[in-house]
Amino acid sequence: MRWRLVLPILIVFALIVLLGYGLTRRPDILPSAFIDKPAPAFDLPTLASDQERITVDDLKGRVTLVNVWASWCVACRAEHELITAVSRRTGVPVVGLNYKDTEANAKRWLGRYGNPFAVVAFDPTGATGIDWGVSAVPETFVVDAEGIIRYKVVGPITREEMNASLIPKLEQLKAKGS
Amino acid sequence: MRALLVGILMLLAMSAAHAVDLQGEELARYHALNAELRCLICQNRSIAESDAPLAQDLRAIVERQIADGRSDAEIKQYLVDRYGKWVLYDPPLDSATIILWAGPFVMLAIGLLVVFLLMRRRRGAPTASPPLDRERLDRVLDEQARDADPDSSEERS
Repeated sequence: MRWRLVLPILIVFALIVLLGYGLTRRPDILPSAFIDKPAPAFDLPTLASDQERITVDDLKGRVTLVNVWASWCVACRAEHELITAVSRRTGVPVVGLNYKDTEANAKRWLGRYGNPFAVVAFDPTGATGIDWGVSAVPETFVVDAEGIIRYKVVGPITREEMNASLIPKLEQLKAKGS
Repeated sequence: MRALLVGILMLLAMSAAHAVDLQGEELARYHALNAELRCLICQNRSIAESDAPLAQDLRAIVERQIADGRSDAEIKQYLVDRYGKWVLYDPPLDSATIILWAGPFVMLAIGLLVVFLLMRRRRGAPTASPPLDRERLDRVLDEQARDADPDSSEERS
């Protein structure tokens, strides 16, 4: 007789836990199809010069951060300062992937806010973005020395995420590589 | 009214300008595939319904690949490689989606089990009515009749 009283309470409690878990998840952030897979091939001109090109092979040899951005992307401006900070604190170079932008706008953006990128690949059509599975800018990929994608941040980096996961991940990969 | 008509005509003309170069069976495949692929920006719409820039790009990819003679499965795989199984509105049955596919049937089975148990318990319950105490029943009925009668006659008069 006692368990008939306790059982509904247990069921309701289990439901609360389940729904609470559902509420704290972010369904709009999709798991990346590329974690622990080689970075998709690309061969793009750099923003600095039409003569220079950057390919996926240039990512190999050291840990790099690949940041997909655009001058029209408001969230990119929000994370700009943090991208700069991550690079300065870890010494990891940031490769920019300028997505669906114009050369003039992109250059003006870098001139106005500062350039955190070692090099910027220029992708005005967004074709490389699609190859990388980019659904919305900004997105940030951590690529290890072998050119394997190890971590991905969808949307602007937050200070919490930077300190809690991005920087430790970069340090860990750097230590493994040396 | 005329302005509205002109507006609608212009919209129609614009959509015609965006029309794809596919015909017949290829066009049907194009529409069917678009309806089956999920837009990654507005996540509750297919790329056929969405007008997000990414959805436009993905429609263009589907169009180009159909024109290049790729099969539906190849085109889907191309997008799954980039965006994960998430882009498919009709997810394949595998270890990650087994809950999705089997869940409703498991819930149905649990519901049927509960109904079955309840019905069995009810059938097991005693069906005979408790013995009737005729003497007491008569007494109670008599008392009620006696109490009720004088009251009602007084009120009426």
